[in-house]
Amino acid sequence: MKLSVDVRLIALLPTLVLAAGCASPPPRNDMVVVLPERDGKVGAVVVREGSRETVLNTAYASARTGEKGELQAAPSNDREVRQVFGAALSAQPARPISLTLYFTEGSMLSAESKAIVDRMFAEIAQRPAAEIVVIGHTDTVGAYDYNDKLSLERAGKMREMLIGFGVPAQNISAAGRGKRELLVPTADNVTEPRNRRVEISVR
Amino acid sequence: MTSSTLRSFLSFAALAMLATTVCANDIGQIKNAKGSVHIERDGKKLPATVGAKIRQSDTVVTGADGSVGITFVDNSLLSAGPNSTLAIERYAFDPTTHAGAFDAHLARGTLSVVSGKIARQTPGAMTVKTPSAILGVRSTEFVVRADEAVR
Repeated sequence: MKLSVDVRLIALLPTLVLAAGCASPPPRNDMVVVLPERDGKVGAVVVREGSRETVLNTAYASARTGEKGELQAAPSNDREVRQVFGAALSAQPARPISLTLYFTEGSMLSAESKAIVDRMFAEIAQRPAAEIVVIGHTDTVGAYDYNDKLSLERAGKMREMLIGFGVPAQNISAAGRGKRELLVPTADNVTEPRNRRVEISVR
Repeated sequence: MTSSTLRSFLSFAALAMLATTVCANDIGQIKNAKGSVHIERDGKKLPATVGAKIRQSDTVVTGADGSVGITFVDNSLLSAGPNSTLAIERYAFDPTTHAGAFDAHLARGTLSVVSGKIARQTPGAMTVKTPSAILGVRSTEFVVRADEAVR
């Protein structure tokens, strides 16, 4: 009697496995997942499919192909994202960074900025095919022409320094914006060390 | 217009021109490349090595062992996993105003996106199309998969 129960159970096993298979979600194909940003913020992706529109604006909010082929909202998680998108995420380029160097009244770097120069070189060294954008600025002392020239000189000095460091010249672009883009807004003809600067973007 | 505002306008215009002529055609650069990857441009296959420049209308294709990461001039970061076909259908960016448009098309494969200045300046100015949907990007990070087996 006991034996026959066991036999019936064993006979049932394949059916149980099949049932479990049917209960699992349908094969997932197209899918989009919003990720949390490094500072904890979450942006949004608006998913439009024909006339339907879904806004995904929380961490790991996701839309994916449902049984009838239409996109359905369904949450994802870090584990699934790493499983499906691991290779794409590993290939992500380094985040671009922006550094500011300050100058004395001419085109000499301020003492505090020398530590930032070291950081800049470290960032460039660890990036494959680093591109650098150098933009010089001035305070409002003097005429536009004078400041345009001075800001370009500051940018040029940084450009030379980068070339000296071994960055190929074609990967560096330099421009001067004179007194047009003040970090600290002032009236005209005001000495302001924080406006005498070069902004360096590394990407 | 006074002569000084005219003068500053003219030098600003000159600066803007200078900024746009520096990289008129190059809109991005490959920063990471692994396995088989190539760029399709005007019907030709080009090697997609680290440092290679990307232009509007380029299609980037990865093989079964391939992956690729691209940084665009507005600081958008796009990276694709294996068996992916990514077309840069439209790209425009004004470095002065940050206005622009970015339409990418993931025909198949996996893609990760970190949006840049274009999407920050104009929410919705960046879109990623897949065979089943259009994704409008509002300054964010996301991943998307287009599975060719379905269509």
